[in-house]
Amino acid sequence: MKSRYKIAVTVLALLFLAFGFLYSGNSVNAAAEGKITGTIKLSGTPPHMKPIDMSKEPYCAKLHASDPVKMENVVAGADGSLRNVVLYISEGLTGNEASAVPSETPTWDQKGCQYIPHVLALDVNQHFKVVNSDPTSHNIHPMPKLGGPNHEWNKSQPTGAPPFDVSWTGEEVAIPIKCNIHPWMHGWMAVVKGPTTLSDDKGSFTLNVAPGTYTVTAWQEDYGTQTQKLTVAAGKPVTADFTFKAK
Amino acid sequence: MGKFVAVTIIVIAILSAIPILRHTWWMAEDISTHGAPIDEQMSETMAEAGISFLASQIILAFFIWRFSNPRPAEKVKNFPGGAKGMVWAAILLVGGEVLALGVFGVKAWANIYFTPPSANAMPVQVQAGQFAFYFRYPGPDGMFGAIHPDLISEANQNFYGLDTDHDPDAKDDIVTAEMAIPVNREIHLLMHSKDVGHSFFVPELRVQQDFVPGLDLSLHFTATKIGRYEIVCTQLCGLGHYNMKAYLSVVSQQDFDDWLKKEAAMQ
Repeated sequence: MKSRYKIAVTVLALLFLAFGFLYSGNSVNAAAEGKITGTIKLSGTPPHMKPIDMSKEPYCAKLHASDPVKMENVVAGADGSLRNVVLYISEGLTGNEASAVPSETPTWDQKGCQYIPHVLALDVNQHFKVVNSDPTSHNIHPMPKLGGPNHEWNKSQPTGAPPFDVSWTGEEVAIPIKCNIHPWMHGWMAVVKGPTTLSDDKGSFTLNVAPGTYTVTAWQEDYGTQTQKLTVAAGKPVTADFTFKAK
Repeated sequence: MGKFVAVTIIVIAILSAIPILRHTWWMAEDISTHGAPIDEQMSETMAEAGISFLASQIILAFFIWRFSNPRPAEKVKNFPGGAKGMVWAAILLVGGEVLALGVFGVKAWANIYFTPPSANAMPVQVQAGQFAFYFRYPGPDGMFGAIHPDLISEANQNFYGLDTDHDPDAKDDIVTAEMAIPVNREIHLLMHSKDVGHSFFVPELRVQQDFVPGLDLSLHFTATKIGRYEIVCTQLCGLGHYNMKAYLSVVSQQDFDDWLKKEAAMQ
C-alpha cells in the first residue's frame, strides 16, 4: 500500500513540474527578443466619414452637439497615416507562441454612444471587460460568422450595470459588434493567436516576437488584408510598412 | 351591510367618473388637421361608455339597497317578459351603441385612409427597424433611390441599403435620424419595416399606424403647430422596444429648408 502512495505522489509531482515548465515556457515568449515595427499609410483621398446623428438618444446628442462624432471606418491623419489597423502574425508562430494568452484584460467601453475603442485586437481566450459608462442602456451584440468557432450573443447592459468579462474561443478577423438600440454604434473585435496590436494615431505599430520567419498581416475594416513575409533576428527590429489604397 | 355596499359602489363610481369628466389624463393637444373627428369620436365613446357605466352602477346599487334585507312574505318579481326579454334588451342596447360608434368611427378613419393625399403633399419615407426609425427625403430630384436590402449596413451607416455609387436617384437622397416637416404642409408618409412589426405613433398628430413586414403602407397628415414631438413604437418589437423612438420637429418652411440643407451636407 505504502509504495502505491509513493508512486502516486511521484507521478503527481512530475505532472505539476511538467505543467510548470509548460507555463513558464509561455511567459518566456511574452518577453520576445525580436521586434517588427512599421507604419500604415493610406494612399489617395480618404473617404468622407459621415457625421452621426444621435438625436434618438438626447443625452448622447447633447454630449456631441458642438462636435458631432463621425464614422470611424477610415481614420486617416493629414499625413496619410492610418489608424485602427489590426496587425498580427498569420504564419510562422511556434505552438507555444500561438497559444500564449496575455494577462491584460482590455476594456470595451460604451461611452457617449460610441464604442471605445472602435477596434479591439485580442488573443484567442484573452479576457476583456465590457463596460457601459453611459446613463442609458446599451445592448452589445457581436455577430461572428455563422458556423465559425465563435458564437453570436446579445446582452443588455443597463445604466450602472457592472462590467462583465468575456473572451472568444477561436480565431476570427474580425467580428462585427453592434448595438441594436443605437444602430450607429458599430465596432470590430479581431481575435488572433499570438502577438497582435493596432496602428496608433501616427499609423505606427510594434509587434514583439521571437526571432524567426513570419508572415505579418494587416487588416483594415474597409480595405481588407495585406501580408508581408519577413525574417526577424534577435535584437534587430525589422520594418514592415503597409499602404492601403483608398477606394 | 347591504346598504353600506350600495353606498360604496355609488361613491366609487362617482369618484372614478370625476377625472374623466375633468379631462385630468386627457389626450395631448391635437396638432393635426384630421384630429378633430378623432377627438370627437373619443369624447363620444367616453360619454357613452361613461353613461352606461354610471347607469349600471346606480342600478346595481339600487337593487342591493332595495333587496339586501328581503321581507319574508314578499313575492319575487321578474323582469317584464322574463329572462328572454332581458337578454334581447341588452343585445339591442349594446349592439346599437357599438354600431353607432362604429359608423361615426369609420367616417373619421375613412377620412384619413380612403382619401388620397393631395398632389403637392411632401413625400417622406420612414423605415422602422429594431430599434430605431430612419427617415428619407428624396432630395432635389424628387425621386427615392431603389432599396437594396443586401447593401443595408450599420458599419457604413447605410440604413436604407442605397447604392449611391451607381443609382442617380439615390445619390441625392437624404437619410436622417430625426423627422422634420414644415408646418401646415401636407406630408405623405411612406412606411416600411426592415425586420419585424413596429408602429409609428405621434399622439399629438393623432397618428398611429403599424408597420407590417413586407407591406409598403402610407399615411398623410398636416401638422398645424410648431414644436418638437416624440415618435414612439407602440408594437412590442423586441428587447429594445422601450427605447425605440425618434423626434418629430414641426418647423417653419424656412427652418425646414435650412435643416434639409444641413442634413444633405452631412450625407
